[in-house]
Amino acid sequence: MSQSQITAQTVAPPSIILDGVSKRFLKRNSHSFKEAFVGWIKGKKVRADMFTALDDLSFQVGEGESVAVLGLNGSGKSTTLKLVSGVLEPDEGRVYTRGRVAGLIEVGAGFHPELSGRENVYLNAAILGMNKKQIDERFDDIVAFSEIGDFIDQEVKHYSSGMFMRLAFSVAIHVELDILLVDEVLSVGDAPFRAKCAEKIKELTEQGITMLVVSHNMAMVKDLCERGIVIQKGKKIFDGPIDEAVEVLAVK
Amino acid sequence: MPVDLSAYDVPGRGRGILDVFRWWYLLRLLVQKGTATRYRNSVLGWIWSYVKPAAQFVIYYFVMGVVLQAHRDVDNFAIYLFSGVVIINLFNEAFGNATISIVDNRALVKKIYLPRELFPIAAIIGALIHFLPQLAILLLVCLLVGWAPSLVAIGGILLGVVIVLAFALGLGLFFSGLNVRYRDAQNFVDLIKMFSTWTSPVLYTWVLVAEALRDFPGLFFVYMSNPLTIAVELFHLGFWAPTAESTHGLPDVFLSASLVAASFCVLMLFVGQFVFRHFERSFAQDL
Repeated sequence: MSQSQITAQTVAPPSIILDGVSKRFLKRNSHSFKEAFVGWIKGKKVRADMFTALDDLSFQVGEGESVAVLGLNGSGKSTTLKLVSGVLEPDEGRVYTRGRVAGLIEVGAGFHPELSGRENVYLNAAILGMNKKQIDERFDDIVAFSEIGDFIDQEVKHYSSGMFMRLAFSVAIHVELDILLVDEVLSVGDAPFRAKCAEKIKELTEQGITMLVVSHNMAMVKDLCERGIVIQKGKKIFDGPIDEAVEVLAVK
Repeated sequence: MPVDLSAYDVPGRGRGILDVFRWWYLLRLLVQKGTATRYRNSVLGWIWSYVKPAAQFVIYYFVMGVVLQAHRDVDNFAIYLFSGVVIINLFNEAFGNATISIVDNRALVKKIYLPRELFPIAAIIGALIHFLPQLAILLLVCLLVGWAPSLVAIGGILLGVVIVLAFALGLGLFFSGLNVRYRDAQNFVDLIKMFSTWTSPVLYTWVLVAEALRDFPGLFFVYMSNPLTIAVELFHLGFWAPTAESTHGLPDVFLSASLVAASFCVLMLFVGQFVFRHFERSFAQDL
Protein backbone atom coordinates (compact mmCIF):
# COMPACT_ATOMS: atom_id res chain seq x y z
CA MET A 1 0.00 0.00 0.00
CA SER A 2 1.41 3.36 -0.95
CA GLN A 3 1.82 5.90 1.78
CA SER A 4 1.88 8.80 -0.63
CA GLN A 5 0.72 12.23 0.32
CA ILE A 6 -2.89 13.17 0.02
CA THR A 7 -3.78 16.60 -1.28
CA ALA A 8 -6.64 18.44 0.35
CA GLN A 9 -9.43 19.11 -2.13
CA THR A 10 -11.81 20.91 0.16
CA VAL A 11 -11.87 24.52 1.26
CA ALA A 12 -11.85 23.69 4.96
CA PRO A 13 -9.37 21.01 6.12
CA PRO A 14 -10.91 17.63 5.29
CA SER A 15 -12.61 15.68 8.09
CA ILE A 16 -13.17 12.53 6.09
CA ILE A 17 -10.81 11.24 3.41
CA LEU A 18 -11.42 8.27 1.17
CA ASP A 19 -8.47 7.61 -1.08
CA GLY A 20 -8.85 5.01 -3.83
CA VAL A 21 -11.02 2.76 -1.71
CA SER A 22 -12.18 -0.59 -2.99
CA LYS A 23 -14.28 -3.09 -1.11
CA ARG A 24 -15.08 -6.57 -2.30
CA PHE A 25 -17.36 -9.13 -0.76
CA LEU A 26 -17.26 -12.85 -1.20
CA LYS A 27 -20.49 -14.32 -2.44
CA ARG A 28 -20.33 -17.87 -1.21
CA ASN A 29 -22.03 -20.46 -3.33
CA SER A 30 -21.72 -23.26 -0.82
CA HIS A 31 -21.87 -23.13 2.94
CA SER A 32 -20.64 -26.55 4.02
CA PHE A 33 -18.54 -29.45 2.80
CA LYS A 34 -21.71 -31.39 2.07
CA GLU A 35 -23.18 -28.59 0.01
CA ALA A 36 -19.91 -28.09 -1.83
CA PHE A 37 -19.69 -31.80 -2.59
CA VAL A 38 -23.28 -32.10 -3.80
CA GLY A 39 -22.82 -28.94 -5.86
CA TRP A 40 -19.64 -30.36 -7.39
CA ILE A 41 -21.44 -33.59 -8.35
CA LYS A 42 -24.24 -31.62 -9.95
CA GLY A 43 -21.72 -29.49 -11.81
CA LYS A 44 -22.76 -26.27 -10.08
CA LYS A 45 -20.46 -23.48 -9.08
CA VAL A 46 -18.83 -24.29 -5.77
CA ARG A 47 -16.18 -21.64 -5.28
CA ALA A 48 -17.03 -18.21 -3.95
CA ASP A 49 -17.64 -15.31 -6.33
CA MET A 50 -16.13 -11.91 -5.84
CA PHE A 51 -18.54 -9.03 -5.74
CA THR A 52 -17.13 -5.52 -5.95
CA ALA A 53 -19.14 -3.18 -3.75
CA LEU A 54 -16.85 -0.18 -4.09
CA ASP A 55 -14.37 0.37 -6.89
CA ASP A 56 -11.58 2.90 -6.46
CA LEU A 57 -13.75 5.47 -4.69
CA SER A 58 -12.14 8.74 -3.63
CA PHE A 59 -13.64 11.78 -2.05
CA GLN A 60 -13.09 14.19 0.80
CA VAL A 61 -15.47 15.93 3.10
CA GLY A 62 -14.37 19.23 4.55
CA GLU A 63 -14.88 20.21 8.14
CA GLY A 64 -18.40 21.47 8.71
CA GLU A 65 -19.62 20.27 5.32
CA SER A 66 -22.83 18.28 4.86
CA VAL A 67 -22.53 15.77 2.08
CA ALA A 68 -25.08 13.28 0.79
CA VAL A 69 -24.11 9.97 -0.77
CA LEU A 70 -26.73 9.12 -3.36
CA GLY A 71 -27.31 6.08 -5.46
CA LEU A 72 -29.73 3.29 -6.22
CA ASN A 73 -30.09 0.27 -3.96
CA GLY A 74 -26.93 -1.80 -3.93
CA SER A 75 -24.74 0.95 -5.33
CA GLY A 76 -22.45 0.88 -2.27
CA LYS A 77 -23.79 3.77 -0.20
CA SER A 78 -24.10 1.92 3.09
CA THR A 79 -20.75 0.22 2.54
CA THR A 80 -19.19 3.67 2.20
CA LEU A 81 -20.66 4.72 5.52
CA LYS A 82 -19.53 1.51 7.20
CA LEU A 83 -15.98 2.11 5.97
CA VAL A 84 -16.00 5.58 7.48
CA SER A 85 -17.40 4.31 10.78
CA GLY A 86 -14.78 1.56 10.95
CA VAL A 87 -17.17 -1.37 10.99
CA LEU A 88 -15.71 -2.54 7.69
CA GLU A 89 -12.14 -2.21 6.47
CA PRO A 90 -11.28 -1.44 2.85
CA ASP A 91 -9.53 -4.08 0.75
CA GLU A 92 -7.62 -1.39 -1.08
CA GLY A 93 -7.08 2.28 -0.50
CA ARG A 94 -7.15 4.36 2.63
CA VAL A 95 -9.79 5.86 4.86
CA TYR A 96 -9.04 8.63 7.34
CA THR A 97 -11.22 10.55 9.75
CA ARG A 98 -10.46 13.44 12.03
CA GLY A 99 -12.38 13.83 15.29
CA ARG A 100 -15.03 11.73 16.96
CA VAL A 101 -17.22 9.81 14.57
CA ALA A 102 -20.71 8.73 15.56
CA GLY A 103 -23.48 7.38 13.49
CA LEU A 104 -27.22 7.37 13.46
CA ILE A 105 -26.79 4.17 11.47
CA GLU A 106 -26.68 2.19 14.63
CA VAL A 107 -29.91 3.42 16.19
CA GLY A 108 -31.13 0.85 18.65
CA ALA A 109 -28.43 -1.72 17.85
CA GLY A 110 -27.18 -1.85 21.42
CA PHE A 111 -30.56 -1.87 23.11
CA HIS A 112 -31.31 -4.81 25.32
CA PRO A 113 -35.03 -5.57 25.66
CA GLU A 114 -34.72 -6.84 29.22
CA LEU A 115 -33.14 -3.66 30.55
CA SER A 116 -35.04 -0.52 31.49
CA GLY A 117 -35.05 2.57 29.33
CA ARG A 118 -32.71 4.27 31.77
CA GLU A 119 -30.19 1.42 31.75
CA ASN A 120 -30.35 1.29 27.97
CA VAL A 121 -29.63 5.00 27.66
CA TYR A 122 -26.46 4.58 29.73
CA LEU A 123 -25.39 1.43 27.91
CA ASN A 124 -25.90 2.90 24.46
CA ALA A 125 -24.35 6.24 25.20
CA ALA A 126 -21.32 4.36 26.51
CA ILE A 127 -21.26 2.24 23.36
CA LEU A 128 -21.18 5.46 21.36
CA GLY A 129 -18.15 6.51 23.38
CA MET A 130 -19.44 8.66 26.26
CA ASN A 131 -18.33 8.33 29.86
CA LYS A 132 -20.53 8.37 32.93
CA LYS A 133 -20.18 12.06 33.68
CA GLN A 134 -21.12 13.11 30.15
CA ILE A 135 -24.16 10.85 30.19
CA ASP A 136 -25.29 12.10 33.61
CA GLU A 137 -25.16 15.66 32.28
CA ARG A 138 -27.24 14.87 29.23
CA PHE A 139 -29.59 12.30 30.62
CA ASP A 140 -32.49 14.70 31.18
CA ASP A 141 -32.11 16.18 27.71
CA ILE A 142 -32.12 12.73 26.17
CA VAL A 143 -35.31 11.72 27.97
CA ALA A 144 -36.99 15.04 27.24
CA PHE A 145 -36.15 14.84 23.54
CA SER A 146 -37.47 11.29 23.26
CA GLU A 147 -40.80 12.26 24.90
CA ILE A 148 -40.72 8.94 26.74
CA GLY A 149 -41.59 10.50 30.09
CA ASP A 150 -42.34 8.12 32.95
CA PHE A 151 -41.79 5.05 30.81
CA ILE A 152 -38.04 5.54 31.17
CA ASP A 153 -37.89 3.06 34.06
CA GLN A 154 -39.94 0.42 32.22
CA GLU A 155 -38.24 -2.45 30.47
CA VAL A 156 -37.69 -1.62 26.84
CA LYS A 157 -39.49 -4.76 25.68
CA HIS A 158 -42.76 -3.16 26.80
CA TYR A 159 -42.15 -0.10 24.61
CA SER A 160 -44.01 0.45 21.36
CA SER A 161 -41.73 0.40 18.33
CA GLY A 162 -42.13 4.16 17.99
CA MET A 163 -41.07 4.76 21.59
CA PHE A 164 -38.11 2.46 21.14
CA MET A 165 -36.87 4.25 18.05
CA ARG A 166 -37.43 7.67 19.59
CA LEU A 167 -35.34 6.82 22.63
CA ALA A 168 -32.60 5.21 20.55
CA PHE A 169 -32.45 8.17 18.20
CA SER A 170 -32.42 10.58 21.10
CA VAL A 171 -29.36 8.88 22.61
CA ALA A 172 -27.51 8.92 19.30
CA ILE A 173 -28.20 12.58 18.63
CA HIS A 174 -26.94 13.68 22.04
CA VAL A 175 -23.54 12.06 21.68
CA GLU A 176 -20.60 14.42 21.58
CA LEU A 177 -19.22 14.20 18.07
CA ASP A 178 -17.44 15.93 15.22
CA ILE A 179 -18.59 13.74 12.36
CA LEU A 180 -22.15 12.48 12.11
CA LEU A 181 -23.06 9.60 9.83
CA VAL A 182 -26.74 9.33 8.95
CA ASP A 183 -28.13 6.28 7.21
CA GLU A 184 -31.80 6.36 6.37
CA VAL A 185 -33.02 6.71 9.92
CA LEU A 186 -35.04 9.85 9.61
CA SER A 187 -38.05 7.73 8.92
CA VAL A 188 -38.29 7.32 12.69
CA GLY A 189 -41.56 7.94 14.48
CA ASP A 190 -44.46 10.14 13.44
CA ALA A 191 -44.36 13.35 11.41
CA PRO A 192 -43.89 15.75 14.34
CA PHE A 193 -40.99 13.70 15.72
CA ARG A 194 -39.38 13.48 12.29
CA ALA A 195 -39.60 17.24 11.96
CA LYS A 196 -38.00 17.61 15.38
CA CYS A 197 -35.15 15.28 14.37
CA ALA A 198 -34.51 17.14 11.15
CA GLU A 199 -34.40 20.38 13.11
CA LYS A 200 -31.96 18.92 15.63
CA ILE A 201 -29.68 17.72 12.85
CA LYS A 202 -29.76 21.15 11.22
CA GLU A 203 -28.86 22.67 14.55
CA LEU A 204 -25.86 20.34 14.75
CA THR A 205 -24.64 21.27 11.27
CA GLU A 206 -24.92 24.92 12.18
CA GLN A 207 -22.64 24.20 15.13
CA GLY A 208 -20.05 23.07 12.60
CA ILE A 209 -20.17 19.31 12.68
CA THR A 210 -19.38 17.38 9.55
CA MET A 211 -22.13 15.22 8.17
CA LEU A 212 -22.30 12.33 5.74
CA VAL A 213 -25.84 11.30 4.83
CA VAL A 214 -27.21 8.31 2.99
CA SER A 215 -30.86 8.54 2.06
CA HIS A 216 -33.43 7.96 -0.62
CA ASN A 217 -35.49 10.85 0.64
CA MET A 218 -34.50 13.55 -1.88
CA ALA A 219 -36.47 16.31 -0.20
CA MET A 220 -34.67 15.70 3.07
CA VAL A 221 -31.28 15.42 1.42
CA LYS A 222 -31.79 18.71 -0.42
CA ASP A 223 -32.81 20.29 2.83
CA LEU A 224 -29.82 19.04 4.86
CA CYS A 225 -26.88 18.94 2.46
CA GLU A 226 -25.21 21.32 0.07
CA ARG A 227 -23.13 18.76 -1.79
CA GLY A 228 -24.00 15.38 -3.26
CA ILE A 229 -21.92 12.43 -4.40
CA VAL A 230 -23.63 9.99 -6.73
CA ILE A 231 -22.28 6.46 -6.90
CA GLN A 232 -23.28 3.80 -9.32
CA LYS A 233 -22.11 0.20 -9.02
CA GLY A 234 -19.41 1.26 -6.60
CA LYS A 235 -18.00 4.04 -8.79
CA LYS A 236 -18.34 7.74 -8.28
CA ILE A 237 -20.17 9.28 -11.24
CA PHE A 238 -20.89 12.73 -9.89
CA ASP A 239 -19.64 15.03 -7.16
CA GLY A 240 -21.06 18.53 -6.90
CA PRO A 241 -23.95 20.72 -5.76
CA ILE A 242 -26.81 18.74 -4.26
CA ASP A 243 -29.48 19.93 -6.72
CA GLU A 244 -27.44 18.73 -9.68
CA ALA A 245 -26.62 15.46 -7.92
CA VAL A 246 -30.30 14.75 -7.39
CA GLU A 247 -30.91 15.42 -11.09
CA VAL A 248 -28.08 13.12 -12.14
CA LEU A 249 -29.60 10.37 -10.05
CA ALA A 250 -33.08 11.02 -11.46
CA VAL A 251 -31.77 10.59 -15.03
CA LYS A 252 -30.12 7.24 -14.22
CA MET B 1 -2.19 21.49 -0.04
CA PRO B 2 -0.93 18.19 1.35
CA VAL B 3 -2.77 16.80 4.34
CA ASP B 4 -0.94 16.09 7.57
CA LEU B 5 -2.13 12.54 8.15
CA SER B 6 -0.82 12.37 11.69
CA ALA B 7 -3.91 14.26 12.87
CA TYR B 8 -6.16 11.57 11.42
CA ASP B 9 -7.47 8.27 12.69
CA VAL B 10 -7.87 5.18 10.60
CA PRO B 11 -11.39 3.97 11.38
CA GLY B 12 -11.63 0.45 12.73
CA ARG B 13 -8.06 0.19 14.00
CA GLY B 14 -7.92 -0.24 17.74
CA ARG B 15 -5.07 -1.09 20.03
CA GLY B 16 -6.43 -4.53 20.88
CA ILE B 17 -6.75 -5.55 24.50
CA LEU B 18 -5.13 -2.30 25.62
CA ASP B 19 -8.10 -0.32 24.31
CA VAL B 20 -10.19 -1.84 27.06
CA PHE B 21 -8.69 0.56 29.57
CA ARG B 22 -9.92 3.52 27.60
CA TRP B 23 -13.39 2.01 27.42
CA TRP B 24 -13.57 0.81 31.01
CA TYR B 25 -16.92 2.49 31.67
CA LEU B 26 -18.52 0.62 28.80
CA LEU B 27 -16.83 -2.56 29.97
CA ARG B 28 -18.41 -2.07 33.38
CA LEU B 29 -21.84 -1.58 31.83
CA LEU B 30 -21.43 -4.64 29.62
CA VAL B 31 -20.50 -6.75 32.63
CA GLN B 32 -23.47 -5.34 34.55
CA LYS B 33 -25.76 -6.09 31.63
CA GLY B 34 -24.49 -9.66 31.55
CA THR B 35 -25.03 -10.26 35.26
CA ALA B 36 -28.37 -8.41 35.35
CA THR B 37 -29.86 -10.32 32.45
CA ARG B 38 -28.33 -13.70 33.17
CA TYR B 39 -31.23 -15.04 35.19
CA ARG B 40 -34.03 -12.83 33.90
CA ASN B 41 -37.35 -14.64 33.65
CA SER B 42 -36.10 -17.45 35.84
CA VAL B 43 -37.89 -18.28 39.09
CA LEU B 44 -34.87 -19.58 40.97
CA GLY B 45 -32.50 -16.96 39.55
CA TRP B 46 -29.08 -16.94 41.16
CA ILE B 47 -29.89 -20.13 43.10
CA TRP B 48 -28.94 -21.89 39.86
CA SER B 49 -25.38 -20.71 40.39
CA TYR B 50 -25.34 -22.84 43.52
CA VAL B 51 -27.50 -25.73 42.36
CA LYS B 52 -25.41 -26.62 39.30
CA PRO B 53 -22.02 -26.96 41.03
CA ALA B 54 -23.69 -28.70 43.97
CA ALA B 55 -25.26 -31.29 41.68
CA GLN B 56 -21.97 -31.75 39.88
CA PHE B 57 -20.18 -32.20 43.17
CA VAL B 58 -22.71 -34.79 44.42
CA ILE B 59 -22.43 -36.94 41.30
CA TYR B 60 -18.62 -36.80 41.23
CA TYR B 61 -18.42 -37.54 44.93
CA PHE B 62 -20.71 -40.51 44.55
CA VAL B 63 -18.85 -41.97 41.58
CA MET B 64 -15.26 -41.18 42.54
CA GLY B 65 -15.47 -41.11 46.31
CA VAL B 66 -18.04 -43.76 47.13
CA VAL B 67 -18.03 -46.14 44.17
CA LEU B 68 -14.34 -45.94 43.23
CA GLN B 69 -13.27 -45.36 46.84
CA ALA B 70 -10.98 -42.40 46.07
CA HIS B 71 -11.57 -41.00 49.55
CA ARG B 72 -9.48 -43.83 51.02
CA ASP B 73 -6.35 -42.43 49.36
CA VAL B 74 -7.16 -38.76 49.71
CA ASP B 75 -7.77 -37.18 53.07
CA ASN B 76 -10.73 -34.75 53.05
CA PHE B 77 -11.67 -35.93 49.56
CA ALA B 78 -14.79 -33.72 49.47
CA ILE B 79 -12.71 -30.53 49.67
CA TYR B 80 -10.10 -31.93 47.29
CA LEU B 81 -12.83 -32.61 44.77
CA PHE B 82 -14.79 -29.39 45.21
CA SER B 83 -11.78 -27.05 45.01
CA GLY B 84 -10.83 -28.65 41.67
CA VAL B 85 -14.39 -28.59 40.35
CA VAL B 86 -14.79 -24.91 41.19
CA ILE B 87 -11.67 -23.73 39.35
CA ILE B 88 -12.40 -25.90 36.31
CA ASN B 89 -15.93 -24.49 36.27
CA LEU B 90 -14.44 -21.01 36.17
CA PHE B 91 -12.39 -21.96 33.16
CA ASN B 92 -15.25 -23.64 31.32
CA GLU B 93 -17.61 -20.77 31.96
CA ALA B 94 -15.11 -18.04 31.05
CA PHE B 95 -13.86 -19.85 27.95
CA GLY B 96 -17.35 -20.84 26.77
CA ASN B 97 -18.82 -17.38 27.27
CA ALA B 98 -15.87 -15.69 25.59
CA THR B 99 -16.12 -17.95 22.56
CA ILE B 100 -19.74 -17.07 21.78
CA SER B 101 -19.44 -13.43 22.86
CA ILE B 102 -18.88 -11.95 19.39
CA VAL B 103 -21.65 -13.95 17.73
CA ASP B 104 -23.98 -13.11 20.63
CA ASN B 105 -23.33 -9.41 20.18
CA ARG B 106 -23.64 -9.52 16.41
CA ALA B 107 -26.19 -6.68 16.34
CA LEU B 108 -23.56 -4.36 17.79
CA VAL B 109 -20.52 -5.73 16.01
CA LYS B 110 -22.22 -5.36 12.63
CA LYS B 111 -23.25 -1.77 13.10
CA ILE B 112 -20.88 0.06 15.41
CA TYR B 113 -17.15 0.03 15.67
CA LEU B 114 -15.96 -0.69 19.20
CA PRO B 115 -12.80 -2.43 20.29
CA ARG B 116 -14.30 -5.89 19.85
CA GLU B 117 -12.02 -7.35 22.50
CA LEU B 118 -14.46 -5.78 24.96
CA PHE B 119 -16.97 -8.58 24.40
CA PRO B 120 -14.81 -11.59 25.28
CA ILE B 121 -13.29 -9.67 28.18
CA ALA B 122 -16.73 -8.70 29.53
CA ALA B 123 -17.77 -12.35 29.18
CA ILE B 124 -14.75 -13.48 31.19
CA ILE B 125 -15.32 -10.91 33.95
CA GLY B 126 -18.94 -12.07 34.05
CA ALA B 127 -17.73 -15.63 34.56
CA LEU B 128 -15.47 -14.44 37.36
CA ILE B 129 -18.44 -12.82 39.12
CA HIS B 130 -20.41 -15.99 38.67
CA PHE B 131 -17.55 -17.92 40.23
CA LEU B 132 -17.58 -15.90 43.46
CA PRO B 133 -20.63 -17.60 45.07
CA GLN B 134 -19.00 -20.99 44.48
CA LEU B 135 -15.76 -19.73 45.92
CA ALA B 136 -17.69 -18.46 48.96
CA ILE B 137 -19.17 -21.91 49.59
CA LEU B 138 -15.78 -23.55 49.25
CA LEU B 139 -14.29 -21.05 51.67
CA LEU B 140 -17.11 -21.58 54.15
CA VAL B 141 -16.68 -25.36 54.11
CA CYS B 142 -12.92 -25.00 54.48
CA LEU B 143 -13.32 -22.67 57.45
CA LEU B 144 -15.68 -25.19 59.07
CA VAL B 145 -13.03 -27.91 58.92
CA GLY B 146 -10.34 -25.65 60.33
CA TRP B 147 -8.80 -23.87 57.31
CA ALA B 148 -6.73 -20.89 58.31
CA PRO B 149 -5.46 -18.39 55.76
CA SER B 150 -1.74 -18.38 55.10
CA LEU B 151 0.37 -16.47 52.64
CA VAL B 152 1.09 -19.61 50.63
CA ALA B 153 -2.59 -20.58 50.52
CA ILE B 154 -3.87 -17.20 49.43
CA GLY B 155 -1.03 -16.71 46.97
CA GLY B 156 -1.74 -20.11 45.45
CA ILE B 157 -5.44 -19.39 45.09
CA LEU B 158 -4.91 -15.98 43.47
CA LEU B 159 -2.25 -17.33 41.14
CA GLY B 160 -4.56 -20.18 40.16
CA VAL B 161 -7.35 -17.74 39.28
CA VAL B 162 -4.97 -15.52 37.30
CA ILE B 163 -3.65 -18.48 35.30
CA VAL B 164 -7.15 -19.70 34.49
CA LEU B 165 -8.36 -16.25 33.45
CA ALA B 166 -5.33 -15.57 31.27
CA PHE B 167 -5.62 -18.98 29.62
CA ALA B 168 -9.37 -18.52 29.08
CA LEU B 169 -8.77 -15.08 27.58
CA GLY B 170 -6.11 -16.31 25.18
CA LEU B 171 -8.17 -19.27 24.04
CA GLY B 172 -11.37 -17.20 24.14
CA LEU B 173 -9.95 -14.53 21.82
CA PHE B 174 -8.70 -17.22 19.48
CA PHE B 175 -11.97 -19.12 19.25
CA SER B 176 -14.34 -16.15 19.38
CA GLY B 177 -12.64 -14.71 16.31
CA LEU B 178 -12.66 -18.06 14.56
CA ASN B 179 -16.26 -18.74 15.55
CA VAL B 180 -17.56 -15.82 13.51
CA ARG B 181 -16.60 -17.42 10.24
CA TYR B 182 -16.57 -21.07 11.23
CA ARG B 183 -19.26 -21.99 13.72
CA ASP B 184 -17.49 -25.34 14.04
CA ALA B 185 -15.33 -23.56 16.61
CA GLN B 186 -18.19 -23.68 19.09
CA ASN B 187 -18.35 -27.47 18.89
CA PHE B 188 -14.62 -27.78 19.19
CA VAL B 189 -14.76 -25.61 22.29
CA ASP B 190 -17.40 -27.92 23.76
CA LEU B 191 -14.91 -30.75 23.32
CA ILE B 192 -12.17 -28.82 25.09
CA LYS B 193 -14.57 -28.05 27.93
CA MET B 194 -15.43 -31.73 28.25
CA PHE B 195 -11.74 -32.65 28.34
CA SER B 196 -10.79 -29.95 30.83
CA THR B 197 -12.18 -31.83 33.85
CA TRP B 198 -10.51 -35.12 32.93
CA THR B 199 -7.11 -33.92 31.77
CA SER B 200 -6.31 -32.27 35.07
CA PRO B 201 -6.20 -33.84 38.53
CA VAL B 202 -9.72 -32.94 39.65
CA LEU B 203 -11.33 -36.33 40.13
CA TYR B 204 -8.08 -38.21 40.83
CA THR B 205 -4.58 -37.33 42.00
CA TRP B 206 -1.49 -36.58 39.94
CA VAL B 207 0.19 -39.52 41.70
CA LEU B 208 -1.98 -41.95 39.73
CA VAL B 209 -0.98 -40.27 36.48
CA ALA B 210 2.70 -40.35 37.44
CA GLU B 211 2.42 -44.09 38.11
CA ALA B 212 0.60 -44.77 34.87
CA LEU B 213 3.17 -42.76 32.90
CA ARG B 214 6.16 -44.09 34.89
CA ASP B 215 8.00 -45.05 31.69
CA PHE B 216 7.16 -41.83 29.91
CA PRO B 217 8.41 -38.94 32.08
CA GLY B 218 8.17 -36.61 29.08
CA LEU B 219 4.50 -37.31 28.73
CA PHE B 220 3.94 -36.71 32.41
CA PHE B 221 5.70 -33.38 32.06
CA VAL B 222 3.32 -32.47 29.24
CA TYR B 223 0.41 -33.45 31.45
CA MET B 224 1.71 -31.25 34.27
CA SER B 225 2.39 -28.33 31.91
CA ASN B 226 -1.29 -27.92 31.18
CA PRO B 227 -2.12 -24.52 32.73
CA LEU B 228 -5.32 -26.03 34.12
CA THR B 229 -3.38 -28.77 35.91
CA ILE B 230 -1.19 -26.11 37.51
CA ALA B 231 -4.24 -24.04 38.50
CA VAL B 232 -6.01 -27.06 39.99
CA GLU B 233 -2.91 -28.01 41.96
CA LEU B 234 -2.59 -24.42 43.19
CA PHE B 235 -6.21 -24.57 44.37
CA HIS B 236 -5.50 -27.87 46.11
CA LEU B 237 -2.49 -26.22 47.69
CA GLY B 238 -4.59 -23.26 48.82
CA PHE B 239 -7.80 -24.89 50.00
CA TRP B 240 -7.29 -28.57 50.48
CA ALA B 241 -3.70 -29.05 51.69
CA PRO B 242 -4.10 -26.89 54.85
CA THR B 243 -7.15 -28.95 55.88
CA ALA B 244 -5.73 -32.39 55.16
CA GLU B 245 -3.68 -34.33 57.70
CA SER B 246 -1.52 -35.89 55.03
CA THR B 247 -1.07 -34.88 51.43
CA HIS B 248 0.65 -36.42 48.45
CA GLY B 249 2.57 -33.17 47.91
CA LEU B 250 3.58 -31.80 44.54
CA PRO B 251 5.63 -33.57 41.86
CA ASP B 252 9.31 -32.64 41.45
CA VAL B 253 8.65 -31.15 38.06
CA PHE B 254 5.97 -28.81 39.42
CA LEU B 255 8.04 -25.64 39.29
CA SER B 256 9.44 -26.18 35.80
CA ALA B 257 6.03 -27.31 34.54
CA SER B 258 4.50 -24.16 36.05
CA LEU B 259 6.95 -22.00 34.14
CA VAL B 260 6.14 -23.81 30.91
CA ALA B 261 2.42 -23.42 31.63
CA ALA B 262 2.78 -19.71 32.38
CA SER B 263 4.77 -19.17 29.18
CA PHE B 264 2.14 -21.09 27.28
CA CYS B 265 -0.59 -18.81 28.70
CA VAL B 266 1.32 -15.72 27.61
CA LEU B 267 1.97 -17.21 24.18
CA MET B 268 -1.72 -18.10 23.85
CA LEU B 269 -2.67 -14.52 24.71
CA PHE B 270 -0.51 -13.22 21.86
CA VAL B 271 -1.70 -15.87 19.43
CA GLY B 272 -5.31 -15.27 20.47
CA GLN B 273 -5.00 -11.53 20.03
CA PHE B 274 -3.30 -11.97 16.67
CA VAL B 275 -5.92 -14.35 15.30
CA PHE B 276 -8.71 -12.20 16.72
CA ARG B 277 -7.32 -9.16 14.96
CA HIS B 278 -7.02 -11.09 11.75
CA PHE B 279 -10.64 -12.20 11.77
CA GLU B 280 -11.89 -8.91 13.19
CA ARG B 281 -11.40 -7.26 9.81
CA SER B 282 -14.24 -9.28 8.37
CA PHE B 283 -16.53 -9.62 11.41
CA ALA B 284 -19.16 -7.27 9.99
CA GLN B 285 -19.26 -9.20 6.71
CA ASP B 286 -19.36 -12.67 8.20
CA LEU B 287 -21.99 -12.16 10.86
